[in-house]
Amino acid sequence: MEELQDTFPRLLEHHAKVRPNHPATREKDLGIWQAWTWRQVADEVRALACGLAAQGFARGMHLAIIGDNRPRLYWSMLAAQAVGGVAVPMYQDAPATDFVYVLNDAEIAYAIVEDQEQVDKMLEAKASVPSLVHIYFDDPRGLRNYEGVASFDRLQEIGREFDRANPGWYEAQVAQARPDDVSVMLYTSGTTGRPKGVRQTHAAFIAAAQGGCEFDHLTADDSILSYLPMAWVGDHLFSMAQWMVAGFTINCPESGDTVMTDLREIGPTYYFAPPRVFENLLTQVMIRMDDASAIKRFLFRHFMAVARKCGAEILAGKDVPLGQRINYALGNALIYAPLRNVLGMSRVRVAYTAGAAIGPDLFRFYRSIGVNLKQLYGSTETCAYVCLQPDADVKLDAVGVPAPRVEAKIGAGGEVLVRGPMLLKEYYKRPDATAESIDAEGWFHTGDAGFFDAGGQLKIIDRAKDVGKLWNGAMFAPNYIENKLKFSPHVREAVTFGDGRDRVCAFINIDIGSVGNWAERRGIAYSGYTDLAQKPEVYGLIRECIEKVNAELAGEGELANSQVHRFLVLHKELDPDDDELTRTRKVRRGFVAEKYHVLIDALYGGLDKQHIETLVRLEDGRTNMVAADLVIAEAKTFAPAHEHAKAA
Amino acid sequence: MTERQIGDVLLSLDNISLSFGGVKALTDISFDVREHEVRAIIGPNGAGKSSMLNVINGVYRPQQGTITYRGEVRHDMDTYKAAASGIARTFQNIALFRGMSVLDNIMTGRNLKMKAGFLSQAIWLGPAKREEMENRRKVEEVIDFLEIQHIRKTPVGRLPYGLQKRVELARALAAEPSMLLLDEPMAGMNVEEKQDMCRFVLDVNEQYGTTIVLIEHDMGVVMDISDRVVVLDYGKKIGDGRPDEVRANKAVIDAYLGVAH
Repeated sequence: MEELQDTFPRLLEHHAKVRPNHPATREKDLGIWQAWTWRQVADEVRALACGLAAQGFARGMHLAIIGDNRPRLYWSMLAAQAVGGVAVPMYQDAPATDFVYVLNDAEIAYAIVEDQEQVDKMLEAKASVPSLVHIYFDDPRGLRNYEGVASFDRLQEIGREFDRANPGWYEAQVAQARPDDVSVMLYTSGTTGRPKGVRQTHAAFIAAAQGGCEFDHLTADDSILSYLPMAWVGDHLFSMAQWMVAGFTINCPESGDTVMTDLREIGPTYYFAPPRVFENLLTQVMIRMDDASAIKRFLFRHFMAVARKCGAEILAGKDVPLGQRINYALGNALIYAPLRNVLGMSRVRVAYTAGAAIGPDLFRFYRSIGVNLKQLYGSTETCAYVCLQPDADVKLDAVGVPAPRVEAKIGAGGEVLVRGPMLLKEYYKRPDATAESIDAEGWFHTGDAGFFDAGGQLKIIDRAKDVGKLWNGAMFAPNYIENKLKFSPHVREAVTFGDGRDRVCAFINIDIGSVGNWAERRGIAYSGYTDLAQKPEVYGLIRECIEKVNAELAGEGELANSQVHRFLVLHKELDPDDDELTRTRKVRRGFVAEKYHVLIDALYGGLDKQHIETLVRLEDGRTNMVAADLVIAEAKTFAPAHEHAKAA
Repeated sequence: MTERQIGDVLLSLDNISLSFGGVKALTDISFDVREHEVRAIIGPNGAGKSSMLNVINGVYRPQQGTITYRGEVRHDMDTYKAAASGIARTFQNIALFRGMSVLDNIMTGRNLKMKAGFLSQAIWLGPAKREEMENRRKVEEVIDFLEIQHIRKTPVGRLPYGLQKRVELARALAAEPSMLLLDEPMAGMNVEEKQDMCRFVLDVNEQYGTTIVLIEHDMGVVMDISDRVVVLDYGKKIGDGRPDEVRANKAVIDAYLGVAH
């Protein structure tokens, strides 16, 4: 009989049989990397699954999993699935009050958590979560005198007894699992309304993982560092689904603060990080380079210039003159290879970034030193699997071609629609939301607006609900323009207007650190943010940034109409305390437009100055009035160029 | 592991007087420390708190009085004997090897536990190697306990103050002391660092049953974590008891808030 590999518990049995002595999980503990083979992991999961069952955990029930990336927490997901349950990983840094909603929504009765910190939160939440009864912890430190909670070890002990008393029971449970059973429930972050539980089946995540492994040729010999939140769909795809499909090794860092060191020690072959992680790594390198000796600084600067010229092209396998190739090879020996080593990326074959727009300089830096950094597109509802970039065709401003077995098209209003085996089964207890997002033909409405470029790669522009139209009917995508503006280190925030207008205008917040530094180097004296923001020199600096963006937009077809004509630098920083930004620092554009309508009128009314007074809430709760006469400036715009002219 | 249950008297100080020339640092002070308890010594600046700790671990020799440690009566301690009999300490002004890594600094706390000779260590003989590995394991447990894995290889001189304090505590813990003397472990820390330090002190006390004698200025901290408090002022004992008793003590209030004139 052919062995089935269509559910996670079966995949685990498969690896335990095929590669019993291959390392499945590693964790750095007491300064040493400890490894568990597939056979050992299968045994651990079995003991745990039996333990849960002996404690009353039944098929279809939800198991909350909360903590940093620990081997035992990954095993807990598999254990829940082995007995027909659903793993519900949650964001470990949320406060107890935030857990209450999700715990209640998911009707959690069983939770496996990492340590005392999480146990305390569970006990606090318990008062408002009547269903929560069984709490187990991994790390016993500080928990000796706690009552009503039990250790992971104890749970496994119970499980081993149960297993001995009920031979064949575990195998029967594994055999019962069906591919279309829900395997995991991931909560959406809830930027719009309450978090929703996204229910994904074994089949969906296995399909997404198989597609990804196929696309990037991942095998059991690959190795990754699992350090992103377990509740995030990206980690579930990379550290769980692809782990189970490819049978490679996941490595858990020693602690959140040691990730950089652990990365270097492990040298993963496959790596995933949001843009901010890549940015932090680069900043650390730059800071250390500033402290290096003059010779090293010279070499670094010289060879980074070489890399900028031809590194990305060499990586993409394009034609590069021999002279440049020789120069690059020299640079590789002296700078790039040691640099990749310091970054822990010596062995990286494939690296992905997603989740936010990545700056062009940042993206190009990694590619130019030979790190195969690519972009992907996906969401919780699609197992983070919609589009991937092929090795030979990596672009900054697109997110790749539809992945194997995924269909994608552009629907009404430019919204991206996707269909395939990776789609969610449903939102938990929200048939209304499910019906709203999946139409009768099975297309999932992503809520993102985008289009396919000439090379067939998907380009995401904005959230569909934010996309408007200029007066002449051309598409207006505020976030897209604002992101471009914010790639400049001098621009902290930008808010653009244009829906229903004849042209686009912008509010700018300067970055006080970066612009302040710039001003100091030029001997420009200023007393604070408001003063600095209104300096003519600063306006000149910002105008340059805007004109650079305008030049780029001019080459982007329909978006050429969205060039910024007039702008002003705001007299105060947009602040979550003043309700202008959300807590995750996203602009609340409706509120801002209303609050500063005088300024918008001035931008569109052709004035060159406008007086404004604004109430500012200080951190201690007091308020203060800030008044200023804001200068309104014009920026140069460019005639639209054709797409092919830009590509050349 | 020992269950934390306050036991018999571990250390008893009787009629201790210490003076430097004509300056009386401590005058006729008596108190005791029980096994597994957290005992705080508080008092205004110059009250003699650090001198008291220095008497306990033998840095200073008192002119009068006796010290009874584990039932053994002696006129004074000496630093080596104190360390060998399980007393470890940290200092008010951090005393670490600034050029050495955190790991190496903590390893020095294991010095007394190393039995292998110089020669066998130098040529890395079997027993010396095994010993080194055992010691390293113990040190790694301490590193894990105090959550300083991320700075294991960092030279101490490059660390912020709060972390240096934690490394000092780690070195003291590496000696597996039965009594730990902490001289202002939270001085100069921000609120968050203080909370962390409090948690570590309590965890040490609970998990290893270590007896703790600490000097601390932050009254909130002292009242929260200690079992009993002794109060010094101008080298004299003016109060002794549970935190709530001490808080209500008239002499203590006067010493701290000043007497109304």
